[in-house]
Amino acid sequence: MFFINLIVQLFIQFVDLYYIVIFLTNAKMKSSIIKKISMALSGLFLVIFLAQHLAINLTSIIPDGGKTFNTISHFMGYNPVVQFILQPILIFGVCFHFIMGFVLEYQNNQARNEKYIYHKTRSSWISKNMIITGLVILAFLGLHFYDFWVPEIEYKYISQESPDPLKYFHELKEKFYGETIRTIIYCFSFILLGMHLNHGLASSFQSIGVSSYRKKILKLAANIYSLIISIGFISIAIFHYFIH
Amino acid sequence: MDLTLKIWRQKKEYEKGAMHAYQIKNIEPDMSFLEMLDVLNQKLINDGVEPVAFDHDCREGICGACSLVINGAPHGPDSGTTTCQLHMRRFNTGDTIYIEPFRGSAFPVIKDLVVDRSAFDRIQQAGGYVSINTSGNTVDANATPIPKPDADEAFNSAACIGCGACVAACKNSSAMLFVGAKVSQYANLPQGKVESKDRVINMVKQMDKEGFGSCTNTGACEAHCPKEISTDNILTLNREYIKSKLNQ
Amino acid sequence: MDKDRQMLSIKEVADMLNVSQKTIRRHISSGKIQSVKLGGIHRISSEEINTLLGPEQLVQVSPCENFPFPNKVPEGPLENKWENHKGSINLVSPANKRNIDIIVVGTGLAGASASATLAELGYNVKAFCFQDSPRRAHSIAAQGGINAAKNYQGDGDSNYRLFYDTIKGGDYRSREANVYRLAEVSGNIIDQCVAQGVPFARDYGGLLDNRSFGGVLVSRTFYAKGQTGQQLLLGAYSALNRQINRGKVEMFSRHEMMDLVLIEGKARGIITRNLVTGEIERHGAHAVVIASGGYGNVFYLSTNAMGSNVTAGWKVYKNGALFANPCFTQIHPTCIPVSGDHQSKLTLMSESLRNDGRIWVPKNKEDVIKIRNKELKPTEIAENDRDYYLERRYPAFGNLVPRDVASRAAKERCDAGYGVNKTGQAVYLDFESAIIRYGKEKAVSSGQNAEDNSLVKRLGKEIIKAKYGNLFQMYEKIVDENPYETPMQIFPAVHYTMGGVWVDYNLMTSIPGCFAIGEANFSDHGANRLGASALMQGLADGYFVLPYTIGDYLADDIKTGPIDTEAKEFKLAEKRVKDFVFNIFKNKSGKPVDYYHKKLGKIMWDKCGMSRNKDGLKSAISEIRNLKKDFYKNVFVPGDMHEYNEELAKAGRVADFLELGELFAIDALDRNESCGGHFREEYQTAEGEALRNDSDYTFVSCWEFQGKDRAPKLNKERLLFESVKLKSRSYK
Repeated sequence: MFFINLIVQLFIQFVDLYYIVIFLTNAKMKSSIIKKISMALSGLFLVIFLAQHLAINLTSIIPDGGKTFNTISHFMGYNPVVQFILQPILIFGVCFHFIMGFVLEYQNNQARNEKYIYHKTRSSWISKNMIITGLVILAFLGLHFYDFWVPEIEYKYISQESPDPLKYFHELKEKFYGETIRTIIYCFSFILLGMHLNHGLASSFQSIGVSSYRKKILKLAANIYSLIISIGFISIAIFHYFIH
Repeated sequence: MDLTLKIWRQKKEYEKGAMHAYQIKNIEPDMSFLEMLDVLNQKLINDGVEPVAFDHDCREGICGACSLVINGAPHGPDSGTTTCQLHMRRFNTGDTIYIEPFRGSAFPVIKDLVVDRSAFDRIQQAGGYVSINTSGNTVDANATPIPKPDADEAFNSAACIGCGACVAACKNSSAMLFVGAKVSQYANLPQGKVESKDRVINMVKQMDKEGFGSCTNTGACEAHCPKEISTDNILTLNREYIKSKLNQ
Repeated sequence: MDKDRQMLSIKEVADMLNVSQKTIRRHISSGKIQSVKLGGIHRISSEEINTLLGPEQLVQVSPCENFPFPNKVPEGPLENKWENHKGSINLVSPANKRNIDIIVVGTGLAGASASATLAELGYNVKAFCFQDSPRRAHSIAAQGGINAAKNYQGDGDSNYRLFYDTIKGGDYRSREANVYRLAEVSGNIIDQCVAQGVPFARDYGGLLDNRSFGGVLVSRTFYAKGQTGQQLLLGAYSALNRQINRGKVEMFSRHEMMDLVLIEGKARGIITRNLVTGEIERHGAHAVVIASGGYGNVFYLSTNAMGSNVTAGWKVYKNGALFANPCFTQIHPTCIPVSGDHQSKLTLMSESLRNDGRIWVPKNKEDVIKIRNKELKPTEIAENDRDYYLERRYPAFGNLVPRDVASRAAKERCDAGYGVNKTGQAVYLDFESAIIRYGKEKAVSSGQNAEDNSLVKRLGKEIIKAKYGNLFQMYEKIVDENPYETPMQIFPAVHYTMGGVWVDYNLMTSIPGCFAIGEANFSDHGANRLGASALMQGLADGYFVLPYTIGDYLADDIKTGPIDTEAKEFKLAEKRVKDFVFNIFKNKSGKPVDYYHKKLGKIMWDKCGMSRNKDGLKSAISEIRNLKKDFYKNVFVPGDMHEYNEELAKAGRVADFLELGELFAIDALDRNESCGGHFREEYQTAEGEALRNDSDYTFVSCWEFQGKDRAPKLNKERLLFESVKLKSRSYK
């Protein structure tokens, strides 16, 4: 049973990659505007995912001994809809966003073959360096997977232990309580994530052509959202760092 | 005032270029930036050195010929200003000024600071017009009233002088502000709506073919546009493009 | 070869001066003419002739009766001339148009609109411009607007009124039939441009808005903020782009026309230089259209673009076309004054500013000196100590007198020592009273305290900002003074040239197959152009006149077949161009081109500028001749011809300006009257107003090239006025 599960999971990841390749090599993707729109749409999808992620994680600070958190986490870990439909979509979105980001960065870099000796334009650092914040987030994802996903896989597919609906909160505590370096790395990444979101969200509205009359409101929304996400995750990490 | 100029010198398109330093003295603050370069060139000619080539024509900020990236900023440090409108009172004696051409793969250098911006012309040729003949036998000019806000909006987009500062400022060398301005000018007018679908698709296709990058909404184009064309035009471009693609 | 030509034989000199050989021999023996004996034959240097005899004596004059070229003005009443003409001229069938090539030089309003329309009709067009894109032609810099007799405002405008205003404004020195046609097609221009998506200003009802302009009594000027020229040019450029996309127009940007090619007396092509690669190229066509704009840059400092030049028109002249009224130049009264020797270019402030600005200088010289020394601010001078000289001299029109009158009045004050900047060449344009007037109106209408000075000023400034914001901003950028707080400084500057290549009613020059349109021709503005009429003329010629009239000529050309650019005429013309370029590079050191251009400009401005007199013009002619000689001897152009070389391009242009400058002065010297932009100090009324001489000078001066170093011949085209009566202009 678990073995079949694993096969299905791997198969789904393969399908994901296949479709990413199909998308990127599609003739329509040659258009610069389609590229940036797909970048924006995948970004917006990840924005929704992050909101959901934060909402679930926030339940871990409810003082009920981790009961709510455990219930939801278990649901997410074993519900077949989440496992076989939502999670592959998420992985597709994440991979697509990253790969597309690199492709765009490479192509945009090609658009100026001879670089400036001295270039200092009047635009924000964040907007010009999405690739840097993005790379930091990618590196952070590696750590995050190592921290939470790898044990999960090991637990589910390799040692094939029976599901334990109460282990999630405990695991979380274990990772942060008194773990100074990890907490700092996490917090730092969340700050960069916030910066990335701040420009990314406003930018994606612009890319999909949402009316300019609402531009200011959307910019404000992006500011608030990015602030909530980064402060939210940071406070969770700090909370678990200090409180057992 | 006395200045040190570091200027990009490049003999021809496929030859290698480099920055050269020049000392220049007794520059008056009332001179325009290009007049300062004129003074330098007169001096170079007297010394038997080839003068620095740069594009310029009207020198009153409307033709779009002048370019130059001055201290890293297209059209220099002031906003809403072309290089020809920049005056030397903006600088101090002893300053070092870096002068480079507008750079982009789609803007190959012809010589020194002169670049070939004909890519812009080709984008316009791909669809930047209303397909009516020029017989004058159209309807009376007042037969189609246009709401003032639409007319004003179209005018604001049409104020683009095609200088290419948006491309030069953009870290991706994207021409979307330029293309967006033209597309939204016509999108705001009933005369332009008839062909809006083909126009936006053809112009974007040509834009991509020329090798411009794509927009990542850094806003540098708007900040350096001498006519302060808004990035809302890029938004309109995106929307028009999506609309056209969906209706195709 | 050049050296030989400078030494002339007695026969040549006699021919040149239109006198007998005997007379020349007599002068030689009396010592009046210096000669050198070479191999027993007397040789006289051409320089000698020029300096000994007054320049005006060199000119051959042919009276009006002998004017050699029919102007082809159709018969019939004025209102029907154009319709009748269109109905009777020859046409080319669509199938044949495909076999006909047309070259258009210049892509401003006239050139771009003509290229687009000719291509639309089916001709194969090759368009040339020296800029990097056709959109950069200097038409783009026109600010104010474009006239059209639409009568949308219902204020009594009509084709006739526009025609009459233009004729009168031109001081009765333009051709009636041409001007009427211009007025007639003006309405079509607006229809056409709106259909092309030109964003003209509109009112809240969504209809087109108009403003009034320079001294006329109706509101007929259509505008797009302060950038009308730009929007109209972009409209024409878009029409041109459409044809380029269709493959009907082949566009050559960064190409300069270097010479015209005539085959059997007909214009059959041009020689160009590719400004990027330096290559000299041949281009053949069945007709050549010159739309290269005006020659204001002969003054070095003008409001023209740096690259604006006379070369195309001048080469046409040197190939036999007549050049008409070269001395008619418009000096625009409201430009930003020169700030120093480094100045490269003057910037125009729209004439519309005079609607609200009052022009003045201090009454007392002590104040002038204090102002120049910056001891006194203009705002500190009391109302009684100011001289609002336009209001004083012309109470009826006040600050809104026509451009030529306003410019001369400013010069008069500055010459008298009242100029207000360090160079003494500036007057004030003051918005103070307009700010207060508007502010009070606004305060009253919005129910606020109209006695509160600071409130009134603030409100007034807001209104002025809405009207002229972009101009004020432009001024502040250049001068670094805030024009809301302190009066603007302005001074007249060369702006437009009414003169140009002579054309007949079909816009064809005296060379068959060579046409001239827009500012490059002389046809519609007489001795002075009204505001907002240049754009009108450019587009009228390009969209609606030339495309019809060119057919009349080309109808005979349908069987000609492609033009062979290997013909000997092409080779010869190419050799001429190459010789010129080669010659320019012979000096390995010397003075830069700009040195000569500046010198020429100074001579022109001092002696052929806003006011001219006989002695000044004579000395201008000999100074220009000497300068020209020095130019060829000492000009230094670095680099080489096979590359992008702006100095070389400039050298070619300045070489032509030097020749044009001389003709300019000769023409000004010949016209013994004051009219429009041409003011001869000898011919003025007791009050200092221009004095026209209608009985002797109601003609177009058409100059015909007679060969290098030979005086041109003057042909006179009589101007007949059938529909308007000649009156003297009065703005008192």
